[in-house]
Amino acid sequence: MKLDRPDLTINCGLLRKILVGFIENEVRKMGFQRAVIGVSGGVDSALSATLAAQALGSENVWGLIMPYRTSSPESVAHAQLVVKRLKINSALIDITPMIDAYFASFADADHLRRGNKMARERMTILYDHSAVLSALVLGTSNKTELMLGYGTLYGDMASAINPLGDLFKTQVRQLAAYLGVPEEIVRKKPSADLWVGQTDEEELGFTYEEVDQVLMLMIDKRYEISDLVEAGFEERFVRKVFEKVQSSQFKRRLPLIAKVSGRTIDRDFRYPRDWGR
Amino acid sequence: MKAKQVKIAVAQINPVLGDLTKNLALHKQIVEQARAEGIHLIVFPELSLTGYFVKDLVPSLALSAQSPHLDRLKELSRDISIVVGLVEESADYRFYNSAFLLEGGEVRHLHRKIYLPTYGMFDERRYFASGSRLQATESTCGALGLLICEDLWHPSAPYLLSLEGMDILIGLSSSPGRGLGAEEKLESVKVWESLNYTYANLFSCFVIFANRVGYEDGVHFWGGSEILSPAGTLLAKAKYHQEDLIIAELEKSELRRERATSPLLRDERPGLVLRELNRLMEKRCEVRST
Repeated sequence: MKLDRPDLTINCGLLRKILVGFIENEVRKMGFQRAVIGVSGGVDSALSATLAAQALGSENVWGLIMPYRTSSPESVAHAQLVVKRLKINSALIDITPMIDAYFASFADADHLRRGNKMARERMTILYDHSAVLSALVLGTSNKTELMLGYGTLYGDMASAINPLGDLFKTQVRQLAAYLGVPEEIVRKKPSADLWVGQTDEEELGFTYEEVDQVLMLMIDKRYEISDLVEAGFEERFVRKVFEKVQSSQFKRRLPLIAKVSGRTIDRDFRYPRDWGR
Repeated sequence: MKAKQVKIAVAQINPVLGDLTKNLALHKQIVEQARAEGIHLIVFPELSLTGYFVKDLVPSLALSAQSPHLDRLKELSRDISIVVGLVEESADYRFYNSAFLLEGGEVRHLHRKIYLPTYGMFDERRYFASGSRLQATESTCGALGLLICEDLWHPSAPYLLSLEGMDILIGLSSSPGRGLGAEEKLESVKVWESLNYTYANLFSCFVIFANRVGYEDGVHFWGGSEILSPAGTLLAKAKYHQEDLIIAELEKSELRRERATSPLLRDERPGLVLRELNRLMEKRCEVRST
């Protein structure tokens, strides 16, 4: 099968316009003027914060920097660079005391448990500030992460609205570069920074450039695994991607509700979220 | 067309999802303004009175042609013809995605969307009944053919209206923007603009395309409403992604000149089409449904 490698190039001007309009519209429609974002020092949150500043004005955006004691100093420095460049409000909240207090009772907890706990700790801080600041929590998960399930459910995946959820990682980088996110943030190796030396690509076992091509063809263009293999993608790699997508489906859905009544939420009770707005 | 010249406007609005009162007020205000400017016909987008992703709100938002909610707009239609999009409730309690032509103080004509997209991001057939009639209608502005969004993706729809003498094809739309690539325009924009251009040319008629703007549940509507001459020339073009009001004067002589230059309608063979359709229906080959 002849299958051209997909072009993931995006028109950044047009995309910026759509996403800025999205934030402006969906935030204000819900009766808010402000947004709060967890700024990690990575490219995703830098882009989300940039779009929010353009949509709502810098004075209406809060960037919370929430390191743990093992977080890389470079992450914090990059996060500070982002908030400084955008002139948004910011606060540095060290999550070490909360995390360490909890794991004092579970000293043998592994990387995964600790990482998930940190992601969820940050979520609770963002939502607490959402209430204090009357600000909506803006998401930072991109389409690649969401499709692969590479995120913590109710942790970094939690938000009120997410401007990046339909952009592949490589597209996030394109738009970030276009909007002037510093080169060192756009180009550095992506990392959840949940433990020392962690990088996304090492943990996943492939690069974002590679996986975005497969996801684009498999998800957006609806090609079958067999089509991709025939077109020259390595079968083991393609199957691994598919399995990640399949096994993480639960992360992209609301919790299952056992149906007993005649009208059940999201099954036969179907209203738009923007109902009356 | 009776008049030599008609002044047409498209109101590219951003309705509030599920709020009839606010949307009626918005329509009233825009129509009054258009009337003051001497507009003969103003066209609103698909489901302009309700918003698009109405889902289970359908029965709560539905209006019949006799609904008092429409009284003020009907009253205004004594001076200006109005095309609006709404959820229509029929006497036997079916709910349609409809377009009403208000004129002379009454609902002069209505079109019920026939082709309800129920695939991809769309789920219309779940909530709406589908229309079963295609009729062009005489109005003070000429013979109008009303179609709603997906109807225009079935060329038989404008074709049949054309056979009934349509001067002006009116497409009401709530087209979600999607298909972002490297180019200046979204896929959905490119294809709609090429459809409008093609229909103007193929049916030698004016085309009025009324699309909405705004965001619903994260989906954006791209606007870009337009009015084209029977030769496919852009007479007016609305902004993308922003509310707008566009106005164009349609000259009756344009229709005559274009149809004299390219007598496509004269050369149409409806008898042949009918015979071949009948043959296909009998064979049932490739004819998927009625």
